[in-house]
Amino acid sequence: MIAYIIRRIMYAIPILIGVNLLTFVLFFLVNTPNDMARFHLGMKRVTPQAIAEWKAEHGYDEPLFYNSAASGVGTLTHTIFFQRSVKLFVFDFGQSDDGRDIGYDISQRMWPSLSIQLPTFVVGLVVYISMALMMVFFRGTYLDTGGVVLAVVMMSISMLFYVIGGQYLFSKVLRLVPISGYDTGLSAIKFVILPITVGVISGVGSGVRLYRTFFLEESGKDYVRTARAKGLSEIRVLFSHVLKNAMIPILTGVVVVIPSLFIGSLILESFFGIPGLGSYTIDAIRSQDFGIVHAMVFLGSVLYIVGLILTDISYTLVDPRVRLR
Amino acid sequence: MVMPFKPVILWTDALIYLLLAVSIAYGIYAARHEHLRAPWRQVRRNPLAMAALIVLAAYILTGLADSIHFRMRLNGPQTGVQGPIYSPQVLSALDLLCAPLRTHVEQTYSAPFALYAFTPQMVRLPDGSHVLEYPRLRYGGAGLKVPGDRARDITVRCLRAGAESLLLWAAIVGAVVAWCVRQPPESLRSALTRLARGETDTPWRAMLASLGAVILFIAAVANLGGAYHILGTDQVGQDVLFEAIKSIRTGLLIGTLTTLVMLPFALAMGVMAGYFGGWVDDLVQYIYTTLSSIPSVLLIVAGVLSLDLYMANHAAAYDNIAQRQDVRLLSLCVILGVTSWTGLCRLLRGETMKLRNMDYIQAAVALGVRSRRIMTRHIIPNVMHIVLIYVVLNFSGLVLAEAVLSYVGVGVDPSMNSWGNMINGARLEMARDPVVWWSLAAAFLFMFTLVLAANLFADAVRDAFDPRMRK
Repeated sequence: MIAYIIRRIMYAIPILIGVNLLTFVLFFLVNTPNDMARFHLGMKRVTPQAIAEWKAEHGYDEPLFYNSAASGVGTLTHTIFFQRSVKLFVFDFGQSDDGRDIGYDISQRMWPSLSIQLPTFVVGLVVYISMALMMVFFRGTYLDTGGVVLAVVMMSISMLFYVIGGQYLFSKVLRLVPISGYDTGLSAIKFVILPITVGVISGVGSGVRLYRTFFLEESGKDYVRTARAKGLSEIRVLFSHVLKNAMIPILTGVVVVIPSLFIGSLILESFFGIPGLGSYTIDAIRSQDFGIVHAMVFLGSVLYIVGLILTDISYTLVDPRVRLR
Repeated sequence: MVMPFKPVILWTDALIYLLLAVSIAYGIYAARHEHLRAPWRQVRRNPLAMAALIVLAAYILTGLADSIHFRMRLNGPQTGVQGPIYSPQVLSALDLLCAPLRTHVEQTYSAPFALYAFTPQMVRLPDGSHVLEYPRLRYGGAGLKVPGDRARDITVRCLRAGAESLLLWAAIVGAVVAWCVRQPPESLRSALTRLARGETDTPWRAMLASLGAVILFIAAVANLGGAYHILGTDQVGQDVLFEAIKSIRTGLLIGTLTTLVMLPFALAMGVMAGYFGGWVDDLVQYIYTTLSSIPSVLLIVAGVLSLDLYMANHAAAYDNIAQRQDVRLLSLCVILGVTSWTGLCRLLRGETMKLRNMDYIQAAVALGVRSRRIMTRHIIPNVMHIVLIYVVLNFSGLVLAEAVLSYVGVGVDPSMNSWGNMINGARLEMARDPVVWWSLAAAFLFMFTLVLAANLFADAVRDAFDPRMRK
């Protein structure tokens, strides 16, 4: 298994290079560093000298891919691509356009993101799975049909409405929690409880529907009929047979997102004023900061690949038939 | 003979006509092939799906009417210019249909069915003093002699709308009943009973019910829209109902064009990877793993961000507002397409690998048929059901994504009519006291109806076409 994991990590390297190249091309194919400098300095009446200074200051004063002025390895290392991308592999994110260390900012803003995402994830998973199990338990009755209808209706509502509605109801009308903001330590609870609730509720529709189909597919199989024929109670059948065997499809979708929880949610964080990585990215978008967006893209890809590897490992934990070689 | 207007074809218009042509061609093709007709027949028997289809059709017709663009000819003295002069403003057929809604622009906010503005204004009295009062709206209830008549006037108009729609609806019901009686021949009485009980093969009852709702809505807008602001007005006094209707095109375009622009790539790469295997497969797999490993929101953000920069630096080329909105919308579709084709490509690759080992493909190979011909004649027609399922299932997600992206600031042009922009504007309105709720409600209503209808229809299509679902 160790050999398998090492091989998967090796596979990740060309993919990450591809990611970097893609982000890089996306930014510099249509815009030269000069355009970027002009954009940041204001569009009109920019002296070439000011542009050169801005580029030097932010590390855009070198050629994009190949530096013919340097010699030896320097032809490749003294380029924007090398300086901006290859350093990401050792998690050296460089500086943002306003001169802050991106790596430090990320390490600070990770925790508020996690304090929203982790509870949303765990509570959501428990709620969706138990609701889906309940619907399968009552399958064919009005409770099941009503649940399916409700799920379709709920997944047809944009997440934005859940956020706006939740803020309006719980903060403005009932005045239970503050509308937005964040605090350190335990006093953060009153700030995070609404985003978590909204996050869980907005996923109920699609989550419950998905897990219901997984359980229904399993509960039609022969081993379930055998379990029932043995005289096991329906609850026993659902929990110790159906749920266990539905773990493979569930894990496929679930484990991948665990590492990405660090990235945070763009919508929740910006609506609720949480100083996490999601709002960090949005701020970077609004101020057109390439460095931060690039770093976040890279980080996101790394975490996604880690998630894929974790998914494979988790298969071996729930299904002894799976062997990683 | 001088035309009173000059047609304008925007990029997205051209693509939507193309999409329409493709859909019609598919319809004709599917009607002639039994293996495609059978699943569609199953969809046709599903009452929910057909009711949803009626609603979708209303949306699509609105979107199509909004995709016929032209510039009106300006009347007036022409000084020194040869030939007719056309207005620089690009209008659509929908703009003409909804002319009262479009032109009834107030000063600023007003509540639904209001006669007076929502915010007080300083008014100068004849004696020179100033007083703060709620000014009378220019168009909202303009036909009323006494403001107290409003309730009566609205009731009368509602009744008229109800009567008109009932007449039209009854005519359609009559036509349907006449059709049912004729084939296969049966008595009028039994046809009516079967229809009322919902026992007909095609679920006419559900379709007529949803058609009735659509007709009633249109009649209500036609009767009330000209005299009142049914859903109020927004900050610049624009009718909110009109904005919501104009946003339909944006939502539909995002939902459909995104898939259309990515479809050729996904098909070609997925089928080629599955068919050839080897290094082609490795390369395609590498490309889609790389693309899908980037969180899609971030990739979209990076793409739009660089587009913004480009457009800011080449502002001169995008001076026409309709053109700028159009380019922005199209690039958003392309960027969304780039992030969402990987899933389809993966599915197509898997399916092709399965087909590759089927006997009929082996036979074609043995007979010496060229690879390209095998792929186009034998494989692609047999993976189209996957494409279809993917397209319809993706549609509602894309409509929802537009709203989120516009909110984040990487969506459509901020000046464009879209539900995302309406919701974005509504954020500040919700913080006002008293609350300005109608923009949000309008966006919610229109978006929810479209997405719900699309979800219901997509479920039926998936159930009919997915071989795993077939029992």
